[in-house]
Amino acid sequence: MKIFLARRLAQSLLVLLGVSFIVFFILYLTGDPALVLLPPDSSAEDVQRFREAMGFNDPFIVQYGRFLAGALRGNFGQSVRHGEPAFNLVIERMPATFELSGAALLVALCLAIPAGIVSAVRRNTAIDYVSTVVALLGQSMPTFWLGIMLILVFSVQFNLLPSSGRGTLEHLILPAITLGLFTTARITRLTRSGMLEVLSQDYIRTARAKGVSGPPVVWKHALKNAAIPIVTIVGIELGTLLGGSVITETIFAWPGVGRLSVQAIYNRDYPVVQAAVFLLSSTFVLVNLVVDVLYTYLDPRIRLG
Amino acid sequence: MSVPISVGTLDLSAGRSPARREWAVFARRLARRRTALFGLVVVMVVIVSALGAPWLAAYDPTEQDITNRLRPPGSQDAAGRAHLLGTDHLGRDILARMIFGARPALMVGFAAVAISGLLGMGVGLVSGYFGGRIDDVFMRLADVQLAFPFILLAIAVIGVLGPSLPVIIVVIGVSSWVVYARVVRGAVLSLREREFVQAARALGSGDGRVLVRHILPNAFTPWLVVATLDMARVIVIESALSFLGLGVQPPTPTWGGMLADGRVYISTAWWLATFPGLAILITVLGINLFGDGLRDTLDPRLRV
Repeated sequence: MKIFLARRLAQSLLVLLGVSFIVFFILYLTGDPALVLLPPDSSAEDVQRFREAMGFNDPFIVQYGRFLAGALRGNFGQSVRHGEPAFNLVIERMPATFELSGAALLVALCLAIPAGIVSAVRRNTAIDYVSTVVALLGQSMPTFWLGIMLILVFSVQFNLLPSSGRGTLEHLILPAITLGLFTTARITRLTRSGMLEVLSQDYIRTARAKGVSGPPVVWKHALKNAAIPIVTIVGIELGTLLGGSVITETIFAWPGVGRLSVQAIYNRDYPVVQAAVFLLSSTFVLVNLVVDVLYTYLDPRIRLG
Repeated sequence: MSVPISVGTLDLSAGRSPARREWAVFARRLARRRTALFGLVVVMVVIVSALGAPWLAAYDPTEQDITNRLRPPGSQDAAGRAHLLGTDHLGRDILARMIFGARPALMVGFAAVAISGLLGMGVGLVSGYFGGRIDDVFMRLADVQLAFPFILLAIAVIGVLGPSLPVIIVVIGVSSWVVYARVVRGAVLSLREREFVQAARALGSGDGRVLVRHILPNAFTPWLVVATLDMARVIVIESALSFLGLGVQPPTPTWGGMLADGRVYISTAWWLATFPGLAILITVLGINLFGDGLRDTLDPRLRV
């Protein structure tokens, strides 16, 4: 178990190293970082002096080393637009993004797992067809369109819920549903197929033969075993949610990291873009590490895998 | 005893090659799935409207007419011309723009899937066949790739390089290879040990020949399923990028761009945002239905 943990940890660190390199490289794609970071009316001498001061004339690998050392200490440079450290700007917005992603995941799990189970248990009935069709639609629907349609119905037509901002629980409802729908669809389909597979296993038949019937079979015997792929996908889906928050936050003017990074890209505020991409990716790597460790507890068979 | 029977079977199939017979069987099985067939029809309609847009659309999608702005669906303009789905904030016909909007969506879809599909196929073949160090390196690379919230990476890079059709295609294509690589690698791992591969090797075929002639054709079906379903994802991403203003630039009509315009007028003109979104939904749904059918027919155990 210790070896597994150590290996998994080393692997995550390696992934983060790769992430840091790509994030560093983003600034390089601009062509000349000095020109991007300075105001457009700077003189040639200013640019030269800035380049010297920032070390943009050093070899590539030295610059990367400096970036990495800074990133590890939370130093991504100053935001060009706000004049604050980019790291602080991103960290300030993190709670809002976590709140939204967490709420979306909650919506998804609360809808998807019951729907998937009922679908599997009542296979080929009307309720199964309805849930399958809804899941299929949910998987095909673009997030941003759903968000706009929800605003159209609930904010514009009936004036029931606010269409932008953050604060009360009402503000959270529409963005959470919008962001959570795709994940809901995915988990519904996965739960259904997982449950169908488990329900046809010998030990379920044995349990039934021994007289355990109806709900207890489903809850105690089947669900426990169908849970493993669901836990795995929750980790992956959290990445989808963190990424998807970019669009959902833009639609609902939700003050999170996603909206911040879109604005930063429009403003060519690259230190903020780098900090946002790096921190969101790190969060995702961390979540997946936790999920992996968690599910070795859930399923001893994968231990040491 | 069995001679006449086998002669009869042989006669039946004499005219066709085994490969063509296999395709005929496959096509019949696919056609029996009504949802898959429906998906295929939808996809065909979208492809036809993309190809035939100039002939199908009754209006020029970029023709502005400020006197006829924000007309609701089914209304007529001053000249008595009908606008089936209404007009937008610049008086442009929404239906015509929707038909033309299929073009960037499909262009990005096909091109990006081709790039990532080829990349992933290459990585998967090499990784699965040779294993060892190469495999380790590629799989760690895959982990790095998957650690990024995809859309964030895409908008960061496109924001830096500037939005244009080639940039969008390359960015989506280059960063979507992982699914293909994993599926192909998985298939190669089991194919590598099969007798016919061993036999080819024993007969003196080199690694390259074994990979291309014997393994590739057998790893193709899972790849095809992934490519189909990935196309749906790419089209959503393309419209998300256009929605954020980082897709193909105006005046070229895009579904995402139309939605972004429509969002501004959401409280007065619902049709601006509703119809382009429906176009995306129906297209993606069609591809998903077809892809699901393809998977269930070709490779039911494949998890994608």
